[in-house]
Amino acid sequence: MYSEKVMDHFQNPRNVGEIADADGVGEVGNLRCGDIMRISIKVKDNVIEDIKFRTFGCGAAIATSSMITELVKGKTLEEAEEISNRHVAEALGGLPPVKMHCSNLAADALKAAIADYKKRTQQHGG
Amino acid sequence: MRRVYLDYAATTPVRREVFEAMVPYLTEKFGNPSSVHWFGREIRKDVDEARERVAEALNASPQEIYFTSGGTESDNMAILGTAAALRNKGRHVITSAVEHHAALDACLSLEKQGYRVTVLPVDKYGMVDPADLEAAIAEDTILVSIMHANNEVGTIQPIKELAAIARKHGVLFHTDAVQTIGAIPVDVRELGVDLLSLSGHKIYGPKGIGALYVRKGVRLSNIAFGGAQERKLRPGTENVAGIMGLATAVELAVAEQQETYEKLVVLRDKLIDGLTAVPDVKLNGHPQQRLPGNVNVSVERVEGESLILSLDMAGIAVSSGSACTSGSLEPSHVLMAMGLDHQSAHGSLRLTLGKGTSAEDIDYVLSVFPGVVQRLRDMSPLRKSGEE
Repeated sequence: MYSEKVMDHFQNPRNVGEIADADGVGEVGNLRCGDIMRISIKVKDNVIEDIKFRTFGCGAAIATSSMITELVKGKTLEEAEEISNRHVAEALGGLPPVKMHCSNLAADALKAAIADYKKRTQQHGG
Repeated sequence: MRRVYLDYAATTPVRREVFEAMVPYLTEKFGNPSSVHWFGREIRKDVDEARERVAEALNASPQEIYFTSGGTESDNMAILGTAAALRNKGRHVITSAVEHHAALDACLSLEKQGYRVTVLPVDKYGMVDPADLEAAIAEDTILVSIMHANNEVGTIQPIKELAAIARKHGVLFHTDAVQTIGAIPVDVRELGVDLLSLSGHKIYGPKGIGALYVRKGVRLSNIAFGGAQERKLRPGTENVAGIMGLATAVELAVAEQQETYEKLVVLRDKLIDGLTAVPDVKLNGHPQQRLPGNVNVSVERVEGESLILSLDMAGIAVSSGSACTSGSLEPSHVLMAMGLDHQSAHGSLRLTLGKGTSAEDIDYVLSVFPGVVQRLRDMSPLRKSGEE
């Protein structure tokens, strides 16, 4: 049911963990639906220098989390914000239809992390 | 890589004796049992004999056995057929919260036709309280449908006691025995049930065949329309090869039941002990009143489908009650009815043992399991309280 790419990211997830001194952290999902994703980012000169994830969820949830970390590492915040859940699914060679909504939240988690970063820097700056 | 199949509650392979009993009916003995000529007459005789063999294994009479396409059809026929036949007597049906969807959804479908449906709760082990049944029976109750043992968590219901309560009130009692034939004793007279469903492919028979026991004197309406097969209750040309296979499968399952039970219980308990030795892995279902081949655990902080995929990569085939595997957005209705929280339900894993299971298989699973759980827990944002 899953593409080879999904299974590869599930089996060998990239960038698992948590950045200790993260500049922004985003968490989405809930236990009710069975998926929780947390993404932490390190930002330098408007570029995502480092990114890590932790995910509770099915194969698709883990693979999309892993995929997005690969997609945005080294990207500017603006570039990263353009990435949608659909882009992540496409980069993985597609997801089963039932997984498109429930487990495809990685872009939301990233956006939440970026929003958290912006909030923090505004507070610092302001 | 070692391959270990631990999903016998999902389906079983057709055993050699069953296969051999079927082959003639897929080749030279191809006649239609309804035909008048000798091609058909010969087959009619064999189908009747198969009916006798199934009846004998269950302690029923041959006229009380109807061949169906499987457990789902048997459940539907029992529930919808009774409801239709007794609609002028009453329109109240009682079932339980942990039934297979084939029974539960058949009962709930009656609500649209103006019936009342009471869904009995279960305790934390998935057990129905007979006092709840007693209290739920009303003037207009016509049928109680409660499964013999649960397919997900293996809990065995006190069917004899429940059926006696229904009988006392003059209410029909149906049980889904799909999981219990060959696992624990199933004797329709001893259990005191009026209707009982069984399926072929759970007992080393073929898929697409099952049977419904209907006690003599119980009136059912047919839910499908067609020819006069199965005394008009289940029209359609008989699945003759399936029927022959089912008879052999039921016969052997019942004959070997005690031996199977003793073998599986040892392996099951070894597996339960090993799995629950991993921190925060808890057994679901009843610790004693449990099918000999069923293990169901919740692995805290890990989601079930990712567990299945990880074990699958190690050659181990199991299932889960997580939403991702239920085909809906909600986790297993059985686990939720037992009061599990969402996390535990999503993190459930079912391992069901059968004929092919060896002690080495269990050792292998137990050698792989802790590493799989650790890897996924390391990836999980959920942390044990106090843990970093």
